[in-house]
Amino acid sequence: MLLIPCPYCGNRPEIEFAYGGEAHVVRAADPRKEDDAAWTEFLYFRKNPRGDHAERWRHAFGCGRFFNVKRNTYTDHIEASYRIGETLP
Amino acid sequence: MDNLAETTSLSRLFALSGQAGDRRCRPVTGGARFSLRVKQASLGAAGEALGLDLTGPINRAVSSGQRTALRLGPDEWLLLLAEADAASVAASLAQRLTDGLYSLADISHRQTGIALEGAAVTDLLNGGCPLDFDLAAFPVGMATRTIFFKAEIVLWRQDTARFHMEVWRSFAPYVWSLLANVGREYAD
Repeated sequence: MLLIPCPYCGNRPEIEFAYGGEAHVVRAADPRKEDDAAWTEFLYFRKNPRGDHAERWRHAFGCGRFFNVKRNTYTDHIEASYRIGETLP
Repeated sequence: MDNLAETTSLSRLFALSGQAGDRRCRPVTGGARFSLRVKQASLGAAGEALGLDLTGPINRAVSSGQRTALRLGPDEWLLLLAEADAASVAASLAQRLTDGLYSLADISHRQTGIALEGAAVTDLLNGGCPLDFDLAAFPVGMATRTIFFKAEIVLWRQDTARFHMEVWRSFAPYVWSLLANVGREYAD
């Protein structure tokens, strides 16, 4: 089982967490001013890389917090976890 | 039938095996529970109102008399109190936290407690919970929300071989019967 480092609780088993998709996807401040292409990009298109990926996780059966993880999608190696609002290390 | 090997089998599982718990498990009846959410800035005042130090680390319990606060997250506490104490705790928090920027929800009837004590009690828990219960990883006084099979629980280690489990009332028969099932594998 994968151990995920929660920035608040430390290493915890994967089963306690919920996956939250790609991190750092910023919603436009005023979506009405977005053109269709940019809005579609925001809604539907994700990087889906084979390699390093910044993603959100939630410690659902723990402290309940959302946080970000930098994980390699090929090896599952987790390089870092950091709190919401912090920049990718 | 004399060609069958003689085996001693475990006692048959009764259809309502959930009703007969493991001997290490005991339901904890009564008691009041609050879910308390407080911002960092109000921690001192809330702690003074409760008579407990809330500034301690996450996933630890602090107790004073019959009041216990389990810190489940950066801004979340589970308060375990005597039933007679509940009204006075709510009143003293309202009195001290005058800005009103906190949330206190009475969840006394949402949850029920299970006390687990005895030999191999960590094996019993590991039957459905993936946490490491080595004393270095889960010391006495640690308390955290986690999972038991598919039910959300809160676990508080009160002593080396004594745990207090908080489980939602509707999940209790499920957890209770699974504890009994796992317990059959570990002698008490």
